[in-house]
Amino acid sequence: MSATPVQTAAPRWLGLWPAAMLTLFFLVPFGIMLAVSVAHRDVSGFYEWSFEWDSYARFLSAFFGKVMAVSISVSLTAAAICVALAFPFTVFLSNMGHRAQTRILVVLLSALALSEVIIGFSLSTLLSQTAGIGNLFHWLGLIDEPRAYTPSLFALITGLCYIGFPFAVLVLYPPVSRLDPEIVEAARVMGASGPRAFFGVIVPNLRGAIVGAFILVFVFTLGSYLLPQLLGRSEHWTLSVHITDQAVYQSNLPFGAAMSVFLMLVALALVGLASLAGRERGAA
Amino acid sequence: MTRALKTTYVLVILALLLAPLVIVAAVSLNGPQSLRFPPVDPSLRWYGELFRQSEWLVPLRHSLVIAACAAALAVAIALPLALYVWERRGIAARALTGMGLAPFALPPVISALGFMIFWMTLGGYGRIYATIISHGIFLVTLPLVTISLGLKGIDRSLIEAARVMGAGRWGVFRTVILPLLIPYMVSGYAFAFVLSLNEYIIAYMVAGFTVETLPIKIFNALRYGYTPILAVVSVIFAALSALIFGLIGRFGNLPRLLGAERSQHD
Amino acid sequence: MTELRIDSLSKDFGTFRALDSVSLDIPNGKFVCLLGPSGCGKTTLLRLIAGLETPTDGRVYVGGADQTEVPTHKRGMGMVFQSLALFPHLDVADNIAYPLAIRGVDKATRRARAEELLELVQLPGLGSRRIHQLSGGQRQRVAIARGLSINPQVFLLDEPLSALDASLREHMQIELRQIQQRLGVTTVVVTHDQKEALTMADLVIVMKDGVIQQAGAPMELYHTPANAFVAGFIGTTNLMPCTVADGVVSVLGHAFPITEGDRIAITSGEAQLSVRPEHVLLGAPDEGLPAEVSFLRDLGESLHVLMRVGDQEITAHLAPGHGHDLVTGQTVGIRFRDGEKVVVQ
Ligand SMILES: Nc1ncnc2c1ncn2[C@@H]1O[C@H](COP(=O)(O)OP(=O)(O)OP(=O)(O)O)[C@@H](O)[C@H]1O
Ligand SMILES: [Mg+2]
Repeated sequence: MSATPVQTAAPRWLGLWPAAMLTLFFLVPFGIMLAVSVAHRDVSGFYEWSFEWDSYARFLSAFFGKVMAVSISVSLTAAAICVALAFPFTVFLSNMGHRAQTRILVVLLSALALSEVIIGFSLSTLLSQTAGIGNLFHWLGLIDEPRAYTPSLFALITGLCYIGFPFAVLVLYPPVSRLDPEIVEAARVMGASGPRAFFGVIVPNLRGAIVGAFILVFVFTLGSYLLPQLLGRSEHWTLSVHITDQAVYQSNLPFGAAMSVFLMLVALALVGLASLAGRERGAA
Repeated sequence: MTRALKTTYVLVILALLLAPLVIVAAVSLNGPQSLRFPPVDPSLRWYGELFRQSEWLVPLRHSLVIAACAAALAVAIALPLALYVWERRGIAARALTGMGLAPFALPPVISALGFMIFWMTLGGYGRIYATIISHGIFLVTLPLVTISLGLKGIDRSLIEAARVMGAGRWGVFRTVILPLLIPYMVSGYAFAFVLSLNEYIIAYMVAGFTVETLPIKIFNALRYGYTPILAVVSVIFAALSALIFGLIGRFGNLPRLLGAERSQHD
Repeated sequence: MTELRIDSLSKDFGTFRALDSVSLDIPNGKFVCLLGPSGCGKTTLLRLIAGLETPTDGRVYVGGADQTEVPTHKRGMGMVFQSLALFPHLDVADNIAYPLAIRGVDKATRRARAEELLELVQLPGLGSRRIHQLSGGQRQRVAIARGLSINPQVFLLDEPLSALDASLREHMQIELRQIQQRLGVTTVVVTHDQKEALTMADLVIVMKDGVIQQAGAPMELYHTPANAFVAGFIGTTNLMPCTVADGVVSVLGHAFPITEGDRIAITSGEAQLSVRPEHVLLGAPDEGLPAEVSFLRDLGESLHVLMRVGDQEITAHLAPGHGHDLVTGQTVGIRFRDGEKVVVQ
């Protein structure tokens, strides 16, 4: 057997550097976090290595159940609103010209990149007593006294929708823009009206993508940390807030780590589900 | 639905997205130290103030340094990773891709806590390099996605042609792959830069008490009440993000970078 | 000396054998066409010569030196890809001078050489254009110029003209041949267009299913095909089952005497008779093999007469001015021109 070494463009050793970096700074931290989640809490602020399920056992408390319920229902609501608004938006967007698309994408990306703290601040200004819509309503004579609409559940969900919407559009954008425009045209030619074509052709063809986007937006809003603090009341705190609270302020690293592991498993399962839903698109 | 109706829908949503920023921009023009809308006694006073108060300048510098370095690190990891994975299909390649995508796909608090415990154990807790590395790892996904997209667009026969014409591995990389990838590396860097600039929770948990970044500073300042400087910083941040993405859109193909394949462009 | 020798080269893709023990000797300075149907392994053979694939078995020699283990970039070959593979990030001159740049040649020399080659391919002064500013035919020429810029030992082209429209293609065929003759470079061109092969080649190699069917000068293949496949693939022909015995060839129950110049591969037994349409002669029904005219196709320069004998179709091409009295449905007698019967296995 003779062998001209037919080369790949990248030598094998090239993988070593990213592998080393990601292992050291991503896998190892995870490993340590897993270990800490079963460690024993030390009241002095740290932990002692051991193996106990105490931190996980705390999940079974009523308090934790309530946190989960709030976290999940708030995120579910926001994700549903986001996807419902974002889907038609994305369809319309993807049918625009290249320049218009680029401009709108710039706005969306800028909104998406904006720090939660700035979004929280902007929205709380918008909903505040002195500078926001309360003021406006008062001026219009709709209400007697200017009032603040934050903090409240409404403000929180508005905030989550604000961060979730651009994300939803960007998740939906690739599958939507790859949808063959001819199938819609075919439906139109065969007599379907605009809305008929939309609900009868576009939506069913992208069912998988929509479900996938819904799950991803759900996970994304689940990770929101600042908005619940800036726009919601303490009973609206999400798991993310509780994790930080336990780790930083209550000095209970094991419990924080355990919640984190739990959140990760949930998120991983959901992301896996989303990619399955996205893949099923071709078969559907 | 008619065209006008569709356009209206898109515009209304864009207006809603912009509304809070418009309010904030207006509020930033308040003369006195208060949050009023419409602004009272409008002036640019607080914009000057920002650059005079070291209380704000230090976090600004931190943020810029962290973002610049972390984005560079992210690209430095993503480029070899993307190249390695490009022509390979094995478990190693798949595991690497997974590791490159995971940090960004999970709720950030998970990575944040992982990094925090890691640096506490190793001793980098509270140091700026810990924030830089953590951000770099967290944001690897973005240049990884853009660079992989760039590689996907490189015609295999270009590389074979270069090889036949005498280019070895390094020659092919230097004269063909790299020049074709540069736009994708730049946009990956820019994405990572903007996201690092705006990232809160990892920066906070890794070194929040010693290395204050702007988002941390804003959040801390919010607890002591509103000042127009907050609005000023928000406006500058939003403008900076828009500027960077605008540049990508101007010089690159943003629809394609974001995954549209049938996009009319050269 | 840069003759190219290929010694029982084989290539497997998994369990599929794309090339099966191919051997070839290509003398220095010859223009060779690899011809065959899609999927027969032409590209694979070319890529093996260039070193872009690793052979499963066999050797490649250039100028007597074993190249089998030499990596692609050290083989010093020129190649034109089917997609052309021009670099979008370089201008025309930099594309053409790329092999020189890789070898560290200085810029002034590169520019001068690029201009020289641009003149050779009749595109003088286009050096600073970007690739996307060129027409298809111009790109083609740039790719050819690039392949020639280091005076390669061997010049390889994979269906270089297939993307061009018919008239430009014929023009480029002639031009490519002229350039090759001027430079005297050993050249291998892949094509599945037999006319292209006949126009350009000194040597045509017909392949099928990874095996060489016949290698020879174009007219040799045309007149003395080694088998039915080659006969059918080079030019158009009528292939009919026949038996050979005692100086006659029997076709569809009619005996034709073997005449001087007929190429009969066997002395007796069953085989295939190949007769080119221009050598099919028509006469009265009793003068030959009776056949029914099923279709008439008048192309001006010739008249194509399609005929049937049972299930067998036979076509005759008549020179202008002949056969104007023919009508479909009519019965005619078929004869074959003396010395133009070819019996192949
Ligand atoms: N990388 C590969 N992996 C598996 N099979 C391959 C590969 N490359 C080629 N083949 C197979 O080898 C055979 C020969 O391919 P090749 O490309 O050489 O054909 P070709 O003669 O150039 O055909 P065409 O005229 O269509 O270009 C084909 O059946 C093809 O499917
Ligand atoms: Mg081929």
